[in-house]
Amino acid sequence: MTSVLEIENLSVSFTTPDGDVEAVTDVSLSVGAGECLGLVGESGSGKSQTFMAAMGLLAENGTASGHIRLDGIDLLSADEKKLNTVRGDRIAMIFQDPMTSLTPHMKVGRQLAEVIIEHQGVDKETGRRRALDMLDRVHIPEAERRLDMYPHELSGGLRQRVMIAMALMCEPEVIIADEPTTALDVTVQAQILDLLMEVKVNLGAAIVLITHDLGVIAGLADRVAVMYAGRIVEQGSVADTFASPVHPYTQGLLACTPRLDVETEALETISGQPPNLQSLPTGCSFHPRCPHVFERCQAERPLLERTPSGQSKACFFNAAEAAE
Amino acid sequence: MWAYFTRRLFIAIPTLWVVITVAFFLMRLAPGGPFDQEAPLPPEIMANLKAAYGLDQPLWWQYVNYLGNLLQGDFGPSFKYKDFSVTELIGQGFPVSIQNGAAALFLAVLVGIPLGAMAALKQNSGADHAAMTVAMTGIVIPNFVVGPLLALIFGIWLRETMFALPVAGWNNGALPNRILPVICLALPFIAYIARITRASLIETLRTNYVRTARAKGLPFRMVVLRHAFKSAMIPVVTYLGPATVFLLTGSMVIETIFGLPGIGRYFVQGALNRDYTLVMGVTILAASLVILLNLFVDLAYAWLDPKVRYE
Repeated sequence: MTSVLEIENLSVSFTTPDGDVEAVTDVSLSVGAGECLGLVGESGSGKSQTFMAAMGLLAENGTASGHIRLDGIDLLSADEKKLNTVRGDRIAMIFQDPMTSLTPHMKVGRQLAEVIIEHQGVDKETGRRRALDMLDRVHIPEAERRLDMYPHELSGGLRQRVMIAMALMCEPEVIIADEPTTALDVTVQAQILDLLMEVKVNLGAAIVLITHDLGVIAGLADRVAVMYAGRIVEQGSVADTFASPVHPYTQGLLACTPRLDVETEALETISGQPPNLQSLPTGCSFHPRCPHVFERCQAERPLLERTPSGQSKACFFNAAEAAE
Repeated sequence: MWAYFTRRLFIAIPTLWVVITVAFFLMRLAPGGPFDQEAPLPPEIMANLKAAYGLDQPLWWQYVNYLGNLLQGDFGPSFKYKDFSVTELIGQGFPVSIQNGAAALFLAVLVGIPLGAMAALKQNSGADHAAMTVAMTGIVIPNFVVGPLLALIFGIWLRETMFALPVAGWNNGALPNRILPVICLALPFIAYIARITRASLIETLRTNYVRTARAKGLPFRMVVLRHAFKSAMIPVVTYLGPATVFLLTGSMVIETIFGLPGIGRYFVQGALNRDYTLVMGVTILAASLVILLNLFVDLAYAWLDPKVRYE
């Protein structure tokens, strides 16, 4: 499969009063048309910043190095003007918090229409009609009436549908959904996930799903990449990763997920805390929390390598060898 | 909206009544009276004066009388400016104050908002620091320093040049006479508005919805003007309400420095002279303006933020 969005050796760092912090280190990822890539990790693991860099939306104190290519255009080296021809049109983002991500003083219809007016130069009338079509497509009831409403007049679920509609306005090749369901009620979460599934099937766009919720990944993604302390520690197909995770961190994450079909006394946890990015442990960042840690992990950093099963992991521990 | 507007105006009546009542009795509680002088008047003359102005009546009767006259639009005679009624004094001075104040307000908004917006958009640049330093200077240097300084520059140093400006007098509202007082009046307000605009716009530019607007690929200019600016104006509008009242009711300092026949001085002189009726007159004027401006501010909120509704 040809990849639409390719990230190569991306590093993102932030200048802070306490010194530079590297939030993303040497990340390479790609996602193809019609494919959904899930990106999992704890807060602060760098999963959001990876794609903020792709959108040119890093905070002012952030810098990115490496390459992010969308169909041959390097988004990292593009200037604001060039970037503006791409974002919203060919690459769009759905943000986490629909309560605060819509402009409070603009009617929903106008906020939707302006995307297509900007990128396709259509008139206001056409923009409004397209906005209406799009609201229908994301199953917003009484779409005509909603066009003239302000965001605060809509429920959280409806607002997130509006956010999705906004991302879809120009039928982008890449859609980045950053924790699209985190801020919503559980029942509404399911509806939004169904909608994203529908978008994936109907639009054939490449979807990047950033989340800390493994359940969301299992339901929607084809491939999954796991991030820890700014690096990818495991990558593989969703089926393989969930059936037989190869990195101890992923194994820990999956073990932590509560299951209804197994009786347990207490929920599993991964011992310890996520590391401070300003003072990462030597060697493998995960070694202080790792159940399989040995000397090499403290001295050397493991690189992401393919395992015989076709998955990738950045870990020295080998279960087969250990068993011998 | 009209129903809301009229209801708010209707509610203003009891508010005004409370203000009038409190001001009336507070004024009478202050020691001394309008006819006290360094050399005391003979008791018979004092008694006659008090009788002439109705001050010999019991206080409650004076109050009822005052309210009665007020309902007929009569603010009473000034106790200190002989042969003038309060209505005449305010009628002559207020147009001067309101014209200067409105011009200063216009200038403050016209300069302050773009200055603050520029500083916010070029945050931490040289231009930002320069603008904010000037603004801070404008706030900390009192107008009784700025006024004479302007007079010195434009009245003395530049006397022989085309930039020479009159430094005192109203001259029936001739434009050159208005320039220095209006600038002097506006300067601290320019500074405040610039600082509020800067802080507010910087905060708004960090919101999630501005990030969404940028993610849509809109040009930055459009992101600022369409998505950020309206919300950023809310604190400015909040400040503009009381600032407008202050500007329109005249400034004693500036009217004194530039020799303008406004009403600013009545607030201070009236109180010092125990000119009861004059103090009541300017208090009612200021209170009415506060009520009116608060109403305008609330209407502006509803325009800036659709979550605010006329209830």
